[in-house]
Amino acid sequence: MSELLAGQPGERRLFLGNEAIARAALEAGVALAACYPGTPSSEIGDRLYEVSRTGRLVFEYSTNEKVALEVAAGASAAGWRALASMKHVGVNVAADALMTLAYVGVKGGLVLVSADDPSLFSSQNEQDNRLYARFAGIPMLEPESPQEAKDMTLAAFALSEELGLPVMLRTTTRVNHTRGVVSLGELAPPPPPGRFVKDPFSLVMVPAVARQAHARLLAKQERARALAESSPFNRLLGSGPLGVVASGVAAAYVADALLELGLQDRVTFLRLGFTYPLPEDLIARFLSRVDKVLVVEELEPYLEDALKALAQSRGLTVPIRGKGEGLFSRLYEFHPGLVRRVLAEFCQMPHEAPQPLPAAAELLGRPLPERPPILCPGCPHRAMYYAIKIALRDLGVEGVFPTDIGCYTLGLLPPLSMADYLICMGSSITTACGLSRASGQKVVAFIGDSTFFHGGLTGLANAVHNRHDLLLVILDNGTTAMTGHQPHPGVTLTPPDYPGQPVDLAAVVRGLGVTQFWRVNPLKYKESLAAAKEAVAAQGVRVLLAQSPCPLYVARLKGKRPTARFQISGDCGECRHCLEYLGCPAMYVTEAESRRQLLIDPDLCAGCAFCVQLCDHIRPAKRGKS
Amino acid sequence: MLRMRIFMTGVGGQGTLLASRVLGEAALAAGFTPLLSETHGMAQRGGVVTSTVILGDLKSPIISPGEADIVLAFEALEALRALEFCHAHTLMLANTAVIPPYPVAVGQVSYPPVGDMLAVVAGQVGGLLAFDASALARQAGSPLAVNMVLLGALAATDTLPVSAEDLKQVIRDKTNPRFVDANLTAFDLGAAAARDPENWHRRPAA
Repeated sequence: MSELLAGQPGERRLFLGNEAIARAALEAGVALAACYPGTPSSEIGDRLYEVSRTGRLVFEYSTNEKVALEVAAGASAAGWRALASMKHVGVNVAADALMTLAYVGVKGGLVLVSADDPSLFSSQNEQDNRLYARFAGIPMLEPESPQEAKDMTLAAFALSEELGLPVMLRTTTRVNHTRGVVSLGELAPPPPPGRFVKDPFSLVMVPAVARQAHARLLAKQERARALAESSPFNRLLGSGPLGVVASGVAAAYVADALLELGLQDRVTFLRLGFTYPLPEDLIARFLSRVDKVLVVEELEPYLEDALKALAQSRGLTVPIRGKGEGLFSRLYEFHPGLVRRVLAEFCQMPHEAPQPLPAAAELLGRPLPERPPILCPGCPHRAMYYAIKIALRDLGVEGVFPTDIGCYTLGLLPPLSMADYLICMGSSITTACGLSRASGQKVVAFIGDSTFFHGGLTGLANAVHNRHDLLLVILDNGTTAMTGHQPHPGVTLTPPDYPGQPVDLAAVVRGLGVTQFWRVNPLKYKESLAAAKEAVAAQGVRVLLAQSPCPLYVARLKGKRPTARFQISGDCGECRHCLEYLGCPAMYVTEAESRRQLLIDPDLCAGCAFCVQLCDHIRPAKRGKS
Repeated sequence: MLRMRIFMTGVGGQGTLLASRVLGEAALAAGFTPLLSETHGMAQRGGVVTSTVILGDLKSPIISPGEADIVLAFEALEALRALEFCHAHTLMLANTAVIPPYPVAVGQVSYPPVGDMLAVVAGQVGGLLAFDASALARQAGSPLAVNMVLLGALAATDTLPVSAEDLKQVIRDKTNPRFVDANLTAFDLGAAAARDPENWHRRPAA
């Protein structure tokens, strides 16, 4: 059923870092896992969901990351091993719970996976969550490879129970989405039912209890530091007068650079994997052994600052460098060539950088066309955006568009251009409140269904209560499409065996006090345009619910795509309306007989039948013709 | 000691990730310790998707500019874009079929002539094998089997430390059973394309 359950102990499998984490959780006997999907963490939840269908563990897609961590905390308090996984910005949502959970402590091992995203492959910022571990005062492990992600996940559960603290497993995209060889261990048997033992004077954080708990947390950090000193994940490699320190995937780049530069005999390499609390004695021994130190870490100078502080407190004057001019950047992820170059320069080693080829654009004599990601053909979000655009045009009003986090954020790009302001999950509604209050402009906010349940509910309650003026369009495609079609509380079309009880989104909206409410299928143009015009023209808090399932999700569940296809019949003249307002990627322009003609690519057309409602020149394609 | 860095690039939905997975699994079965990485970010279609396969005693899962020994480009424009990752001895395998990016489809910019792009690549890398892999995939019965065509061609260049039979076994064991026959046919058509001298725009130096 699930690849994670296959194979005998000792076998070697090619696993994604995320799969290695999920497998390790099963070997550790995790009894409950909860997540909110977010790239680069999504596959951890997806694989554990697959396994949960065998009854081996309890798994849930939670409404948001705070909920996921709190559900895991509850299970842990009853003695179960529990895992909560999320992307880096998800920890911001969970932070309120995390800070105090560190005081409360855990019983069954609790591992919090924070998947950070240097270079922002799919995120709104590139925050370094190592600072969260220090902030909360919880132990942190940073793997460099899928095998180490597996080893550290197992160790994290044990460490969590030994200290009675949640443990952060901090990964980065390059670990989550690397596929490497991983050795299988023994799967743990399904755990027995847990039992919660009451102890309110250490588990209920009223001030008098929390004062004691804070002191206990500091004492646990001291014990954790001692464990970091002897951790096999922190080790000194090689010997030589030049010191190099690295953690996470940067340690892999360092290892390759040392090999390729032939530097092994000149460098002492401090390879850190247990990075909060830091092994201060080990670091001090390292610092006293070398002439100068280069710290190789992505994003923030977390280790560098700690090493400098430690050197000061121990009276060591060895130069410590990391971030800075000619050294490493605080921006973006590293790559092996970059690390090799900086390391060679720092060690004053001659090295041959690969000879770069001339730039392709230069050789071609023109820039290469960009290939931006776009809303898919047949995406219902595009149809709703189109209706809102036309409604605003017809009413002669300029709209301001706070948006949110999901596929629909790609409405940012022309020709749709339906995204003006975005901070984080749920911010479309709340920023719309402030924008409309301050500007008096017509504010149309967009949010997806999953995002609405994640972070939109409280904002909508606020908008109603405080009598704000905004139109909220909920783009409900029945799934969390952007991260790979995970379910959420509103789903009715569910993955196989998904046990979730659907929550009626429309009833929730009405229950939050919204009285002006429209519900449309955005692929039915007349209906959606009429509703859009009414909704745009109205005042106060109003919600337009646009419901049509993600066509990729439907295709995936049903195993086929719809068959109706459309084409442009005859000459549609110089009208560029489709391209300028709709921007369906299946539509393209050709130059034929020195005349520009719009056509529909039969391979890309998803058969949504939206465009056929806009223009008489668009007709169903005849069978066998394209 | 063998060190080989293989870079794959294509458009979302073309199966670059599956191709790297098949190659990685075959390498694992052949006793190597491969490392693969994926850059796909958001789940939508239409953007560029890249993946890497690293063979040998290396720990870094990604490839720096100028350091790919082999490039598999699933689309003509992406072949040219991948030049950044090539060096003077890189072997590139490129699909000559075109997937117009959105700015091209709507007529904002034009798509560079495929012949010009191939000439640029051929002038820079150590070897260029380019042919219409999409047509061969359709001929094999699955338009999505471009990845298998290119893997078949790569296997036939004899640059890999894994055999064509190793790769085919992974295709039999690990790809969707509904497409196995089409995938194997596509693989063989790719191998035949690599043996056709017409498709070599520049022969790798011996």
